[in-house]
Amino acid sequence: MFEAIAFYLFAFLTVAMFSITVLTSQALYALTSLAAGMIFISAFFFLLGADFLGAVQIIVYTGAVMALYAFGMMFFDTTRELKEKNSSSMIVFGLSGLAALMVVVIFVTPIASEHISAIYPMHENVGNTQEVGMILFTKYLVPFEVAAVMLLVAMISGIVLAGKKMDRSLTQMSEEEIQSMQESDKKAVL
Amino acid sequence: MMEMYLYLALFAPLAGSLFAALFGASPKTLWTGLITSGLLFTSFVSSVILFSYLLSGGEVIHVEMMTWMATGNLYIPFGFVVDEVSATMMIVVTTVSTVVHVYAIGYMDHDKGFNRFFSYLSAFVFSMMVLVMSDNFAGLFIGWEGVGLCSWLLIGFWYHKETATWAANEAFIMNRIADLGMLIGIFLIYWNTGSLQYDKVFAEVPYLDIDTVTMIGIFLFVGAMGKSAQFPLHTWLADAMEGPTPVSALIHAATMVTAGVYLVIRANPIYDLIPDVGYMIASLGAFVAIFAATMALVNRDMKRIIAYSTLSQLGYMFVAAGLGAYWVALFHLMAHAFFKALLFLGAGNVMHAMDDELDPVKMGGLRHAMKWTMVMMTLASVALAGIYPLAGFFSKDKILEVAFSGDHYILWGTLWVTAGLTAFYSFRLIMLAFFGEKRHEALGFHPHEAYKYVLWAMSPLAVLAVIAGWFEHEFVHFITHLLPNFEFHTHHVEMILIIVTSMIALGGIITAIMLYKNGPLSKKWEERPCYKVLINQYFIPQFYEEFFTKPYRELSRVLWKEVDMKIVDASVDGIANTIYGTGEKTRHMQDGNLSSMLRWMVIGLLILLTLAAAFSFGTSDTVQQALSDLGAI
Amino acid sequence: MMEITLNHYLILSTLLFAIGLIGVMRRKNLLMLFFATEILLNSVNIAFAAISHYYGDLTGQMFAFFVIAIAASEVAVGLGLLIIWFKRTNNIDLDAMTSMRG
Repeated sequence: MFEAIAFYLFAFLTVAMFSITVLTSQALYALTSLAAGMIFISAFFFLLGADFLGAVQIIVYTGAVMALYAFGMMFFDTTRELKEKNSSSMIVFGLSGLAALMVVVIFVTPIASEHISAIYPMHENVGNTQEVGMILFTKYLVPFEVAAVMLLVAMISGIVLAGKKMDRSLTQMSEEEIQSMQESDKKAVL
Repeated sequence: MMEMYLYLALFAPLAGSLFAALFGASPKTLWTGLITSGLLFTSFVSSVILFSYLLSGGEVIHVEMMTWMATGNLYIPFGFVVDEVSATMMIVVTTVSTVVHVYAIGYMDHDKGFNRFFSYLSAFVFSMMVLVMSDNFAGLFIGWEGVGLCSWLLIGFWYHKETATWAANEAFIMNRIADLGMLIGIFLIYWNTGSLQYDKVFAEVPYLDIDTVTMIGIFLFVGAMGKSAQFPLHTWLADAMEGPTPVSALIHAATMVTAGVYLVIRANPIYDLIPDVGYMIASLGAFVAIFAATMALVNRDMKRIIAYSTLSQLGYMFVAAGLGAYWVALFHLMAHAFFKALLFLGAGNVMHAMDDELDPVKMGGLRHAMKWTMVMMTLASVALAGIYPLAGFFSKDKILEVAFSGDHYILWGTLWVTAGLTAFYSFRLIMLAFFGEKRHEALGFHPHEAYKYVLWAMSPLAVLAVIAGWFEHEFVHFITHLLPNFEFHTHHVEMILIIVTSMIALGGIITAIMLYKNGPLSKKWEERPCYKVLINQYFIPQFYEEFFTKPYRELSRVLWKEVDMKIVDASVDGIANTIYGTGEKTRHMQDGNLSSMLRWMVIGLLILLTLAAAFSFGTSDTVQQALSDLGAI
Repeated sequence: MMEITLNHYLILSTLLFAIGLIGVMRRKNLLMLFFATEILLNSVNIAFAAISHYYGDLTGQMFAFFVIAIAASEVAVGLGLLIIWFKRTNNIDLDAMTSMRG
């Protein structure tokens, strides 16, 4: 009973929040509702017994990703109202609806659901975080390390991309422009 | 040791050809001519050594250079054999081609394609050597096609001339038609005997069904008809005179056109079994002999006259070969090669002197300017006419004797008349060109004698044209090691036959001299219907044009317009246009706008999802169950 | 109705995914587009977690972790690129990005 109420409540809330994110013309509203939606999604994780995942969801999304977006928005100064030309919204909604319908159809048709057996079964009496840790650092050690490296690369690339002089592209500049740039660089060094 | 000479004889021309081909596109360099001639001479010397080796009682040389095809039961090596027949052919080929090479250095002196010419000419000699030296039908066929190709290249040597390319194509296409017959014959041989090696085939042939052997004999002869330009495939030979004169001398008189005769001689164990086919060959030969000789009577193109004469003499050879007198055919082939090549080379000198004018009526009195050419051509004509003691007398007389000996009096009579015609047209040409008034002066020609070395190059042929017949008995003794001897039953009338034949030959000569003593005949002759028929070659080219070429062209046009354009091309174009149109229409998808790209991506996703849904629906157990239930009902 | 099954979660996930798709197709502002992709990724995460729960298998949760990791990297790199683009053109409107026009 509690589970059902919680599910429907959060389902309604996430759908509402994400709809606002998608449909609003105010960038700030979009960002705020997205953050809210993320937090509400973590509620599903808790409901499903994936406590660690829920915690990570809140920390990573609302903590890190949203903060990044917030900084990005400050940078772009998108607080003003967005001017977007949305011509054929019928097509957009239609396509999305159809895609959703197809996915549902696939879910509903009994595929091979009876034959699925758990590869890494959950254990009773063991906390979710402990289990996750066990599997993540045994079976998924290599992908985990790769993901770590990927995050490192992403961090460095984010720093480099947002760094100085990256707004200039040597391939799109003419020969003279490159030359004058190099000369001015020399002057700066001197 | 002898194998080395064999390879030398065979591959020296190839080396020369490849060497000359290196400089094929560059302007004239004298040494390409000299080197190819030198290599030809090497080949000639090797051939002579091989010949004398066989003459002194040596074993037949048989080598297998390497395996060519070996698949399943099929085994065809690159094998070469030097026996009495191929040695004789090698001597003939290398002698004439060496002379022609040297001659061509002078003849092609001012030609832009000098190097190319020597490359082709040596390639031809190589192909011809492969043809005569091969020890199996497959190798023979390769040589056969090789000479056909070189013939095409050389007839069309002056490819900027429309007539030359036309003649080259005509020769090539006619030969292809005949080669199909030959190929069928070879297939039949392989099918029935399981081998293409001469010795194996000939050992097997007597045990075959006589109908099969008849088929083989006929199909092989169809190939021979094409190459030797026998009726009805004869028209290409006269047109082939568009090529340079040395080519005419080498290919279209001495060597390639005799390949058909060689084939019949080589396949003598087959033809011995089927005398009916042999008689058919002989009859066709006799017909072609007189048929071509009559066309030569009136023609006004020097080279064509000689070409018809070649045709006629090839007819003689086929009479002998068809009647089983293979060595006589080979003997005439050899003698004919020498004097006919000489005749052509002489005609080449005249052509050069007359700035490529070929009409003997426009010449006259050339004997003053071209004494030695006149002497050699007269010598060749006398030999051709068959006057004692020149080469033609011995060989041609033997053929007449063969015909008489087999009680084929009609054949004999035909050949006898032809002998008179031969003598007549030969001397008509000589008289018109070299004697009488100097008609060319009025036309503004200034004839001059050919280079000294050209004349020297021709002299061996002149000598051979005189003496080749003197070695008849030695030749018979030599060649009958391989070829069956022919039993003459004419000893009682031999002298009478010789006298009768010589009489008509002499008669022909005297008639020609008397008629053309004062230049060409009056125009009245040209009004006569028989003249019209002869000068138009019995209207055979027109007949071919009307009944083969035009319907074929019409058929091709219909197929082109209706089938090719409307069905084949249309469908291909349709596919292309569909793709092009699709591209043109879907080009707008690539408008560079990320938003619309994303939209397309979603459409793609939707399609994939639909497919996945359909698939999962189709494979799900309940649906399968329902479907099988339906099937059960 | 009261019993919450796997299908409930899956349908919710699909619904959110559809919302994300609407955003992806509709938005012309690049930053808003990033928001929409976040929605897509999260909707999938819900499906993973739900399947993991109902089949008693941790693999789904593992996948969800990696999806989060990828989302984080994507944001970092994507925002970096966005900043460059903004510095260069002073505009992050999708319709203005037409250098790939065929």
